[in-house]
Amino acid sequence: MIQQFDLSSIRKNFPILNKPIHNSLELHYLDNAATSQTPEIVQNVMREHDSTHRANVKRGVHHLAEKATDAYESSRRRVATYLNANKVEEIIFTSGTTGGINLLANCFGATLSPGDEIIISILEHHSNFVPWQMLRDRAGIVLKILPATEDGKVDVSKLDKLLTPRCRLISVTHASNVTGAITNLEKIVSAAKSVNALVAIDGAQMAPHGPIDVQSLGVDFYMFSAHKMFGPSGVGVLWGREEILNRLPPFMGGGEMIKNVTPDKTTYADIPARFEAGTPPITQAVGLEAAIAWIQTINLQMAELHMESLANRALDGLQDINKNTSSIQVLGPERNSNRLPVLSFSVRGAHPHDICQILDSRGVALRGGHHCAQPYMDSLGLTGTTRASIALYNNTNDIDAFLTGLDEALNILSND
Amino acid sequence: MTSELYQKNLLKLASMATNAGRLPSPDATFTLDNPLCGDRVTFDLTFLETKILDIAHEVKGCVLCQASASMLASNATGESVKDIKSVREKVRKMLEDPDSVIEGWEEIQFFKPASEHKSRHNCVLLPFDALIRAAEDGVAEIG
Repeated sequence: MIQQFDLSSIRKNFPILNKPIHNSLELHYLDNAATSQTPEIVQNVMREHDSTHRANVKRGVHHLAEKATDAYESSRRRVATYLNANKVEEIIFTSGTTGGINLLANCFGATLSPGDEIIISILEHHSNFVPWQMLRDRAGIVLKILPATEDGKVDVSKLDKLLTPRCRLISVTHASNVTGAITNLEKIVSAAKSVNALVAIDGAQMAPHGPIDVQSLGVDFYMFSAHKMFGPSGVGVLWGREEILNRLPPFMGGGEMIKNVTPDKTTYADIPARFEAGTPPITQAVGLEAAIAWIQTINLQMAELHMESLANRALDGLQDINKNTSSIQVLGPERNSNRLPVLSFSVRGAHPHDICQILDSRGVALRGGHHCAQPYMDSLGLTGTTRASIALYNNTNDIDAFLTGLDEALNILSND
Repeated sequence: MTSELYQKNLLKLASMATNAGRLPSPDATFTLDNPLCGDRVTFDLTFLETKILDIAHEVKGCVLCQASASMLASNATGESVKDIKSVREKVRKMLEDPDSVIEGWEEIQFFKPASEHKSRHNCVLLPFDALIRAAEDGVAEIG
């Protein structure tokens, strides 16, 4: 199939983008780092599944149970392809990136000893910060934190200072949800290998941007969420290398994850079932497959160029506004370098919530606050920033509405 | 509409920042954060018996939070914890039902447009909660 990038045609797939908000305003949705919109095909596939194949998976022998199981496992195979996993069994469905990291912290954490070390970074989303703090507090693990560079990247140059032979895992973001900076995973993996440590990657922001090759990345675990990549909320993926997952004990106990249960003892299922206790998010997994299939119809190279162009338009506009105010500080690396179109900025004298509220009244959806990255915000002396995050369905109107609205917001809030 | 929310009265109240800063020797201090947005409010209080004698505040927050803190600083002197709780309840009711008739401090009406924006209610109430906690601690200390 020839991959296309026809923006007008793409936008027609997203009915929500064409519905007015506040009764009459055009929606300019720039909160994609928080969650993306879902194309109609994904919604249709999920509705179709629920109206024709809805049943619980794996255990039943009736027709609907078999169809539901087929659909669920089909999604697993699609995800395995998207990540270039060696085995389908390496794909574990979770509730999302947060669920995946917590699963890892508990399962992998159970194999560690007091004094073992884990390295994360100051840039991490709380989902890749708090589970490791909890592990530290209950199991005596030493948690070390890589700083960020001045331009908002994980500072890999400081790895040597933190690495010791007791390091068991380095868990970092593939790309920051605040600065958009893409982490130098080559350095992370090389450092980890030097001490036989494993590498876990929070791929929540990166996964929407195209297939991830976990083999060439050389990492050992990769987590992401469906809802940030045009899929439904409530489902995500933890990928892990088969030989590692096979060694890990389960986290949650219940149905599906067992081989045999007696009053005295339970034996556990093989992977991935061992880590999928209870009824999984079946319809959501079906939606995830549809989302990945949809992504694979898009010319992603052209999509990236499109988003980069929009990001540059936004950065140019912020610079122009700043000529009058000198109050805007944009976080993250220079444009066109290794970064995603996630633009966080602080404005002296204007709180992110006030900016976002005024922009909302102009139909522009932004995000304001600490973005679940309080340690990073504290390191910058900020309580929060305003963030505009671009997806492939955004257009120049969205950016222009954002810039015009921001200019108006700053005038209102200057109270002159 | 948001334009009503950011009306001149509210912006002026926020920028007045009445009694912004710290007291040199407070009887009580309390800092409260809003974990959802990162806003932070600190109140310093001194007491005469059980009534607030002097008040100062530091706010890292949005216009609503700043304005609410400023309103409290302008009006709370001479009030008791019970009085402040009563005003908080009036503000909360007004935020939930903007048609309710609220009497009391003149500035309370400036926050009426915030009723349409549920996600901002806590911005208005956070300074109240910080002040109440400081006042409760201070009164408990006095005995």
